[in-house]
Amino acid sequence: MSAGGRGRLRALGLVLPLLLFILVTFVAPLATMLVRSVHEPVVADALPATVAALAEWDGESPPPEAAYEAAARELAAAREDRTLGRVAGAVNRVRSGLRGVLTRSARSLGGVTEGPWRGVMEGIDDAWADPATWHAIRETGRRFTSRHYLNALDMRRLPDGSVARQPEERRIYLPLLRRTLMVSAAITVLCLLLGYPVAHLIAHAPERRANVLLALVLIPFWTSLLVRTTAWIVLLQTQGVINDVLVTLGLVGEDGRISMIYNMTGTVIAMTHVLLPFMVLPLYSVMRAIPRQYMNAASSLGATPAQAFLRVYWPQTLPGVGAGSLLVFILAIGYYITPALVGGSSGQLISNMVAYHMQTSLNWGLAAALGGILLAGVLVLYLVYDRLVGVERLSLG
Amino acid sequence: MTTATHRFIPPALALAVVAATSPLDTAAAQAVTAVGWGGAYGRAVQMGVNKPFTAETGIRVTVEDYNGGLAQIRAQVEADNIQWDVVDLEMADAVRGCDEGLLEPIDIATLPPGPDGTPAAEDFVAEGLSECGVGLIYWSTVYAYNAENMEGAKPTTIADFFDLETFPGRRGMRRIPQANLEFALMADGVPLDSIYAALDTPEGLDRAFRKLETIKDQVVWWEAGAQPPQMLADGEVVMSTAFNGRIFNAQMLEAQPLVIVWDGQLLDVNVLGIVAGTPRMEVAKRYLTFATTAEAQARIGSRISYSPARRSGSALVTTHVVTGLDMASHMPANPDNAARSVRYDWLWWADNQDELMVRFSAWLAR
Repeated sequence: MSAGGRGRLRALGLVLPLLLFILVTFVAPLATMLVRSVHEPVVADALPATVAALAEWDGESPPPEAAYEAAARELAAAREDRTLGRVAGAVNRVRSGLRGVLTRSARSLGGVTEGPWRGVMEGIDDAWADPATWHAIRETGRRFTSRHYLNALDMRRLPDGSVARQPEERRIYLPLLRRTLMVSAAITVLCLLLGYPVAHLIAHAPERRANVLLALVLIPFWTSLLVRTTAWIVLLQTQGVINDVLVTLGLVGEDGRISMIYNMTGTVIAMTHVLLPFMVLPLYSVMRAIPRQYMNAASSLGATPAQAFLRVYWPQTLPGVGAGSLLVFILAIGYYITPALVGGSSGQLISNMVAYHMQTSLNWGLAAALGGILLAGVLVLYLVYDRLVGVERLSLG
Repeated sequence: MTTATHRFIPPALALAVVAATSPLDTAAAQAVTAVGWGGAYGRAVQMGVNKPFTAETGIRVTVEDYNGGLAQIRAQVEADNIQWDVVDLEMADAVRGCDEGLLEPIDIATLPPGPDGTPAAEDFVAEGLSECGVGLIYWSTVYAYNAENMEGAKPTTIADFFDLETFPGRRGMRRIPQANLEFALMADGVPLDSIYAALDTPEGLDRAFRKLETIKDQVVWWEAGAQPPQMLADGEVVMSTAFNGRIFNAQMLEAQPLVIVWDGQLLDVNVLGIVAGTPRMEVAKRYLTFATTAEAQARIGSRISYSPARRSGSALVTTHVVTGLDMASHMPANPDNAARSVRYDWLWWADNQDELMVRFSAWLAR
């Protein structure tokens, strides 16, 4: 083996732990999540014969006796091996109320050994006479499904197989997604407006003062997120510090206290504060590398300060602006603790729904689909950025 | 606790333990992970259950806090990497976890009788037992107000919570449909015993949402149990729904002038369950058995106002361990407080919560 080859092997050996680490903690969970969003085998595994018997069914007349018999046997068996809960949960998400129908039926079917099964099952619960029940089982019986993505886009599949929008009072994810993108964009712009002058000040201040200023940016950055969010509650609430000052100064009346928290305003203010360092730090590192002489040269060639800034300084900071904006935007669309605490009813973001489906409803397929959509959004953003600015010019500091 | 202390466990006690279950030496080397809700309730469980349990058996108790739900248990069972042994669950989660095979079925006959000899199956309140869950305590969702910020007439009924004319000001409510829909129907005049029958019809649901709509722009939605007492103390809201124990804690230990309105309270039971397939099954069962005795439940109940789920436990609760005040008037299951109460129907919610959470979120966002 040549010396070069051996060197390359040794180099590979050095990065191998990191590669493995990334593979195990990042790529694998991400892949699992994406698979979950289209693959839900719970019902297909637990009720295989039922799903098979329904394959030929026309969808309108009562399903064949074979389907009733298979459902009766398999529901009772699912109850025995304790998979019934997940089956019932999955079916219930397609048609509300079926969780109870399935668990009750399985319990009653335990002692039944003989048909005719249609009569037995319809005797246990009227729902078995309703084609919608069987549609729900057939729908959830598909191993690979677009159901979660449709759901995440406020759509649903009708019994005849066509796709329709959800009724108005059930549309939630698209409006939330739109709101999340708008809020994240607003926060990114605010961070840029607030962070740019700060980064400039730090980058071009004498070293001692720059260190103090940098510490002022970093200390909040190192402070617990919950502490910072709670601090904003103390400041912004209607009986809080800011409103108290305004009332004392006579600027607003006692009854005119401003609602600045538990709404969108609170979410934007708190998230801008939390994410500001992610804008300041890349900008600072880019700005520090820009020699002061460039601006001097521009003004000695007759440029006004505004011209010098716009044509000489600003273009050189673009890699930092791009990096900071991407960082803030991407973090903002996935943020959920801050909006959960200070968002009230109007300040909730799509990430709060992802958390809800992960933790409470246990609808991991839907959570994965929502995550998949966010991921796709970020990738698109990245590609657009690459087209416009060029990823090689990205500077994360 | 060090291993040295284990050797000095009084012989009689050691004998009793040996007789009761497994050999002492294996038990002493073991630990059990008990998962609870933290906060004041967590401290009550620590003092009332965990410490006496370790003192009696020598088994260490590792405490973890969580915020309810089955997500972590499901993740552990699916990955076959079980860290949690005994979990303090809401009844709805215990039943769902049982159906999904995440929790171990528990034979009630193996639990000891009450101190008066009543068999366990009769000692526990009926709604405190399920296939995989053994009742620990009663808690309730109530609403409370800050007496200092309430001039003139005081609210006394659940209808007053929705009465913006007599009691203007902002209200705190939890950002989930559960409890809020029930309160709305109670306030709208639906009899307490037919709340869920009404919610089961589309008209009843519309009625509940319409009633909520009347106060929607005055509601501050809360997420964590610690928020309502805080918002009441700060004057951020004039009244708020809350978990009764959190309000109790603020009344007792922080001397906040908060007042609970018991009218229309929504009673629920928390149970203990064992994570299916835990390698520490034996100690987990011993912990569960110990924690659900009337004595242990009463020790929780004399630290925070959650009523024992065993009938025989209530008689054992007398005064608060810190302030020495009489506990009875603070207990949700006290007949005076429970005169007009509704039992949380977790079966109904198991069927409807997915659907209603979507509708509730869409309603909130409008």
